[in-house]
Amino acid sequence: MSVFFVSVILLGYIFSAAMSNSGILYFAVIFSIISSFVSYWWSDKIVLAMSAAHPVELESNRELYHVVENLCITAGLPLPKIYVIDDTAPNAFATGRNPAHAVVAVTSGLLEKLEKSELEGVIAHELSHIGNRDMLLATMVTVMVGIIVLLADWFRRWTFWGGGRRRDREDGQLQLVIMIAAIILSILAPLFAVLMQLAISRKREFLADADGALLTRYPEGLARALEKISADREPLEVANRATAHLYIASPFKEDGERKIGLWTRLFMTHPPVEERIAALRGLDLK
Amino acid sequence: MTTWIILGLIAVVLIAMIAMYNSLIRQKNRVDEAWADIDVQLKRRYDLIPNLVETVKGYAAHEKETLERVISARNAAMATSTGGAQERAEAENALSSTLKSMFALAENYPNLKASENFLELQRELTDTEDKIQAARRFYNGNVRDYNIKVQEFPTNLFARVMNFKQRQFFEIEEPKEREAVQVKF
Repeated sequence: MSVFFVSVILLGYIFSAAMSNSGILYFAVIFSIISSFVSYWWSDKIVLAMSAAHPVELESNRELYHVVENLCITAGLPLPKIYVIDDTAPNAFATGRNPAHAVVAVTSGLLEKLEKSELEGVIAHELSHIGNRDMLLATMVTVMVGIIVLLADWFRRWTFWGGGRRRDREDGQLQLVIMIAAIILSILAPLFAVLMQLAISRKREFLADADGALLTRYPEGLARALEKISADREPLEVANRATAHLYIASPFKEDGERKIGLWTRLFMTHPPVEERIAALRGLDLK
Repeated sequence: MTTWIILGLIAVVLIAMIAMYNSLIRQKNRVDEAWADIDVQLKRRYDLIPNLVETVKGYAAHEKETLERVISARNAAMATSTGGAQERAEAENALSSTLKSMFALAENYPNLKASENFLELQRELTDTEDKIQAARRFYNGNVRDYNIKVQEFPTNLFARVMNFKQRQFFEIEEPKEREAVQVKF
């Protein structure tokens, strides 16, 4: 979701630069900061409403309930609310502002296609997101990106109108160099902020994989689950750009092209599945 | 000037000591809490066993010896409930092995295996044992973190003075072997 809000900030930045009207940027930044707080606070309710999930009780799905319950004991977390999304594409996500308000949702396709040890791997990954407070982190990153973009904008304006009023010529030349550098930096800063945010999102995925493996003591389970999820060609119907980063693996399926270029990689919310599997298989838990 | 430097140094050392003490206390309480979680699950297992034994008795009354061994192992395990982690783990392992032989024996009684009550209790017991394993992992993870703190320099010097002792891990057998017996029809 934060990826979405950061994109809003970035768009606002581009528009306001193009039309030299900073009102648009202020609106975009305020809009995304407020809505990222709203989405952080009510993330459980919003996401569940968006993805048409229904709750699971002990009686309705004993196996899933016990898997979540037992892994929560291992992780020392309170039991989150458990939801199932009726969708044949295998995927899962976790959200909620803190462990007490956490939600774990899995698709019915995931329950169908995965074996118990693989399901445990996926749930452990999701519980690790909850334990690591990744929702809070994502919100903070959005706010910070917003601040960086605003600062860049102010700086650009200041160098244009305020800063460079010096008298003698030599100083003026230096001033010009600094001004050009400042303009380039203030244009690049928002882009870097977004790239950094995506990089953080990818790092948190690796971290949740590793922590999940520590919970189940069986990295192979999650590795196999990731293989199955990525091999499944069916796209998740209820996912969109705003909720993509929440899922355990990117819900969009790109065809063919196994090799991922540096450029695509920079803009991915999740690390490539092959790398995650390789990292899991290389884990040494002793 | 030198007095200020000395005073500053003392303040730094004091703050460091307070931080060390608090982190030790926090981790120690986590270990205790995790131990209480194991206790809850172990108690649940103790409560399930008499019902299970009664059910088995209904179908296989003459297997008295095995059933009695289960009950006495259960009582022995309950008696160690104030003991240390290692003592309890041994008693729990003994109880698990008697349960294993009871389930192996149940294989010979098709009526027992078909009994709804028995199946329900068996499911409950399996679930409880999974939960014991989960609680055990949480406990051991916390003990590992706590022991690292107690052994690490410079916290170890402080821990020794304040009498923070290393804790034992809770090592019990994984209940997987018994599950393998269960699915053989």
